[in-house]
Amino acid sequence: MIIDVQKFVESERTQWESLEAFLKRLEADPDYRMDLAALQEFHHLYRRASADLAKISTFASEQEIRRYLETLVARAYGEIHETREKPHRLKPVDWFCRTFPRTFRRHVRAFWLSLAITLAGVAFGGLALALDPESKGVLLPFSHLQGDPAERVKQEEASLGQRLEGGKTNFSSFLMTHNTQVSIFTLSLGMTWGVGTIVMLFYNGVILGAVGMDYILAGQTKFLLGWLMPHGVIEIPAILLAGQGGLLLGGALIGWGSRASLRARLRAVGPDLATLIGGVAVMLVWAGFIEAFLSQYHEPIIPYAAKIAFGAVELALLVAFLSMAGRKAGKDETLNAKL
Amino acid sequence: MPGTKTNTLVIQTSEGIAFPLLLASPVTRFLAWAIDALCILAFCNICSAALGFLKFISWDIASAVTILAYFAISIGYAMTLEWYWRGQTVGKRVLRLRVVDAQGLRLQMSQVIIRNLLRFVDWLPAFYMVGGLACLVSHRAQRLGDLAANTIVTRHPRLTEPDLEQILAGKYNSFREHPHLAARLRQRVSPEEAGIALQALMRRDELDPVERVTLFEQIANHFREVLRFPQEATDGITDEQYVRNVVDVLFRTKMNP
Repeated sequence: MIIDVQKFVESERTQWESLEAFLKRLEADPDYRMDLAALQEFHHLYRRASADLAKISTFASEQEIRRYLETLVARAYGEIHETREKPHRLKPVDWFCRTFPRTFRRHVRAFWLSLAITLAGVAFGGLALALDPESKGVLLPFSHLQGDPAERVKQEEASLGQRLEGGKTNFSSFLMTHNTQVSIFTLSLGMTWGVGTIVMLFYNGVILGAVGMDYILAGQTKFLLGWLMPHGVIEIPAILLAGQGGLLLGGALIGWGSRASLRARLRAVGPDLATLIGGVAVMLVWAGFIEAFLSQYHEPIIPYAAKIAFGAVELALLVAFLSMAGRKAGKDETLNAKL
Repeated sequence: MPGTKTNTLVIQTSEGIAFPLLLASPVTRFLAWAIDALCILAFCNICSAALGFLKFISWDIASAVTILAYFAISIGYAMTLEWYWRGQTVGKRVLRLRVVDAQGLRLQMSQVIIRNLLRFVDWLPAFYMVGGLACLVSHRAQRLGDLAANTIVTRHPRLTEPDLEQILAGKYNSFREHPHLAARLRQRVSPEEAGIALQALMRRDELDPVERVTLFEQIANHFREVLRFPQEATDGITDEQYVRNVVDVLFRTKMNP
C-alpha cells in the first residue's frame, strides 16, 4: 500500500488528538465515567488509531509517528480492555468494615491453616521448655525474657507502671511499626511458595508457647494473661492474618486444583492480599496503643482480672467483627452473582 | 521481529495490532531505586526538622511522631507516587522508567501495594540481591514483587531525530526525479532496513576506508534488489551516494524534491 504520509497525518491528526484528550481526562480523574455516546466515540477513536498504526507500521520513514501512535494505542488499550473494577475514591470506613472482613472470610481456610501452624509452634515451644528447661536460652533469644518469671513479675508490680514513664508514645509507635514490618514480611514470604510464611508462623508460635509455658511453670499464669491479653488478642490474630495472606500468595503460586494460569491466579489474589495487609496494619496500630498504654500497667495499678476481661471483650468483638461484618451486603453480592 | 528481542515485551491486541514495551534493565532499575532512596532520606530529614518543635512540647511525642513519619515515608513513598504519577517515582521519572501492568492494562492500586510490600523479600539478603537475581532470570525482567503484582517496569527513551541535514543537505537526489518509484521504495523498505542505512550514513566517518566501501556496496546492492531505478537515475553515482539517495527518499518525505 502506498500512502502519502503528509496527507495521512493531516487527515488523521484531529482523531488522534481527540483520543489523547479522552485519555488525559481518564488518567487525570479516576472517577470520570463516560456516557454511552462518549464510550462509543472513544472506542471508535481507539479502533481508528489502531488501524492507523497498522498502516504506518510498514512505513520506514515515519518512526516518530509510529512511536506516537504506539504510545497512544497502548494507553487506550489499557482503558478499553481493562475489565477489573475501576479504582474509586478511597472509602476507608467502608473498606475496613465491609471489604476487609469479607476478604478474611473468603479465604478463611488459609486462616485456619495459619492458626494450625502457629498452634503447632506453640505446642512445640511449650513442650520443649517443659521437657528441657535448659532450652530457654535457645527458644527465647530476648534478654528481658531470660530471667525468672516470678522475679520479673515482682519488679513489674513494684515499678507501679513507671518503667516506661515519659516514653509510652515512643514505645507504642515502635511497636506499631515493628509489628507491621514483621507482618508484611510474613505475607511477603508467601513468594517462597508459602514455605517462608510457614516458618515465620511456626517460629512465632514457638516463642509464644515457650513464654507461656515459662510463666505457667513459674505459677504466674494470671500475670501472663493480664500482661498478654489486652494487646495480644489483637496482635496475634493480626500476625495470623498476615500468615493467611502469605499462604494465599503461596497457594496462588502453587495453584493446586486450579486450571488458571499462574498470572491469572496471582491477578486474582492481588486485591485480597492488599486488603488483608491493610486490615492487619489497622489492627496493629490498635495493639500498639494498648500494649504501650495498658499492658504495661499491672497490679496494684490495674487488677489482672480487669485486664483479662478487657482482653476477652476485645477478642469477642474481633471474632464478631471478622465473622459477621459486611455479611448482609455479601448476601446481596452473591445474589447478584447468581443472577 | 520485535518478539525476538529479550528487552521488549510485545502486546498483541484483539484488533490485530502489536505495540512493543521496552523493558528496563536491572541496572537502570537499581539506579532509579538509588535516587528514590536519596529522596526518602531527604523527605525523612525534612520531616524530622519540621517536627523539631514537638521536642519543646514532649520528647516522647516528638520521638513517636518521627518514628511513624519515617515508617510512613519509607513504606508509602513508592506506593503514593506510583499511584498518582501512574507508575513513576522520582527515580523512575529521572531515568524515564514506568511501572505498567504486565498485560498492558490499567495499573491497579492493589498492584502498586503488592509490588511495593514485596520489596521486603526482594531486598534480601541486602541491596535487592533476591530481586536483582529474579530480574536477571525472569523473561520479563521482573523482581518477585513484580511477579506477584503482575507488573513490569518499562523504559521510555527520549526519541532524538537524526540530523538529516548534516548528511543530506545540498545534495542532488536523482531518485526524486521518479516520484512513483520513490513512493514504491518507501512502501517496500522495512523500518529496520531503513534504520541500518541511516546508521551507516551517520557513522560513515568512523569506518575504516576499505570496510566503508564494502559496507555501502552491500547496502546499495540490497536496495537495488528491493527496487530498481532507471539507469539515468543511477548512472555515475557511487554506492554511498546510492544509499544517501535512498535515505533521503525514505526519511525526508515532507521536503519538496
